[in-house]
Amino acid sequence: MTTLPASTNKKLGLVIDLDICVGCHACAVNCKEWNTGGHAAPLTDLDPYGPKPIGVWFNRIHTYEVGASETEPSRTVHFPKSCLHCEDAACVTVCPTGASFKRAEDGIVLVHEDKCIGCKLCSWACPYGAREYDADEGVMKKCTLCIDRIYNENMEEVDRVPACVSTCPAGARHYGDLGDPNSAVSKLVVERTGFDLMAEMGYKPTNKYLPPRPRRNTAEKSDMPSEIPALPLTENPILRWIDKALTR
Amino acid sequence: MHPALSVIFFTTASGAGYGMLAILAVIFGFDMLPVEQSTGIIGLGLAFLLVTSGLLSSTFHLGHPERAWRALTQWRSSWLSREGVLAIATYGPWALLAYIWILNGPIQLAVPAAIASAVLALLTIYCTAMIYRSLTTVHQWCNGWTVMLYVIIGLMSGAVWVGAVLALTGVITGSYMMLCFVSLLIGWRVQRHYWGFIDSTEHPITPQMATGLKGESVRLMEGPHTEENYLMQEMGFKIARKHAQKLRKMVHAFAFGLPLGLMLMGYLIGGPVAAIASVVAALSMSFGLIVSRWLFFAEARHVVTLYYGAQAA
Repeated sequence: MTTLPASTNKKLGLVIDLDICVGCHACAVNCKEWNTGGHAAPLTDLDPYGPKPIGVWFNRIHTYEVGASETEPSRTVHFPKSCLHCEDAACVTVCPTGASFKRAEDGIVLVHEDKCIGCKLCSWACPYGAREYDADEGVMKKCTLCIDRIYNENMEEVDRVPACVSTCPAGARHYGDLGDPNSAVSKLVVERTGFDLMAEMGYKPTNKYLPPRPRRNTAEKSDMPSEIPALPLTENPILRWIDKALTR
Repeated sequence: MHPALSVIFFTTASGAGYGMLAILAVIFGFDMLPVEQSTGIIGLGLAFLLVTSGLLSSTFHLGHPERAWRALTQWRSSWLSREGVLAIATYGPWALLAYIWILNGPIQLAVPAAIASAVLALLTIYCTAMIYRSLTTVHQWCNGWTVMLYVIIGLMSGAVWVGAVLALTGVITGSYMMLCFVSLLIGWRVQRHYWGFIDSTEHPITPQMATGLKGESVRLMEGPHTEENYLMQEMGFKIARKHAQKLRKMVHAFAFGLPLGLMLMGYLIGGPVAAIASVVAALSMSFGLIVSRWLFFAEARHVVTLYYGAQAA
């Protein structure tokens, strides 16, 4: 059914720290690695070694240059983006077949691949670019929040997190229940004033982003002298003689 | 947005077909014109051809056309599903109308069959328009002009094609040609207003809102990968925008200007000239409308392009 659940018991999602992300793309690579063998497998690549390779990815990292303002110098921000598992997910309600759905138990947005007709309308409805069409299989695919990891009892408990979270070497990605105000992720969002992407559009994304922390304007406030002072004459007589000889 | 030819053909052809059905139903049901049996055969037949070939072509762009029947299930939430349900429901009263008109069926059912056909035909066009109108991600679609454009252009193209059929079956009148003339003028006005609107406004979302990054400027420094991806191909189509002004001139000339001139000429001269003018007007208009519908897709910009370096959508 492509109508949305009135409420979900949990709101499982990610919190992404834009202050910490170093833009290494490891999350995207591990996402591809896990999911090409997981729930939505395969993540098809077409023409992988040819001149125009194209493939299915659930996670992408953009890098932006944020221009300087009066208080802050310009800076580079690495910006990972995957499905935000919106509360008001337009990609679900536009689906004509019932292939797209949002789970009432945990809020994860998924696709029944055997019901999908590949009309692509859900990818038009998503403002975040979370949906990925697999031209080879003729169906739409998307981030599953690694449902095949987070509930996987064959894995150690510590590993039951999405692949992107488990692999991030900088700790920029956090996973948890954003519907529970006492969860670690919810507290992090409050503490760091996390925000929604395009909140104005009203899709109520579950995933939150933590803003880059304010930075000192090092060019203005530096204590360093503007010129390197001349070296004092050395005490050592041999060096003094060499200096004299060479200066002549 | 990437313009899929099958969808462009579908929306143009089915719009004209449903427009024809609505107008033929009113003409026949309410005895507006002294129509022949042949008018029913050719008129309803051509409308059937346009609608059915359009519906079939719309399934060609699907990844799994054999599952298309599933698209009839989610009418509670999806405009695409509603369109499919209404498109099929329309065939019911339409078949009854054809039975009464062509095979001398029960004439007392003519009025209800005509009303049901016309209403369902218009509602189907409305649902097609709402598929685009409801996408808040595309400013050029998510505005009041989209529904106007689809419904008015559908009725206009239906009227002009019915004119061609009336001319071919020898029952066209001067007043019907005037009706076509006026509907072309209205259609032209709506088309110009739509373009005026998309030229003077843009999506309220900025790259700053898309990324949540506060700064004077937010510029894409590195994309996620070196090659294009699905999103860039599907949502970042750029070819038509380059030629938009030339293509718009073609639409003005072929969809509106030339048919208007031909209708006026046919009205003034009458006889066989009127018949030929009506048919040429319909062909020219349809060519122009296909270009216009191509632009409707190609000029549409998706907010996701803001993540890929666009500064406005």
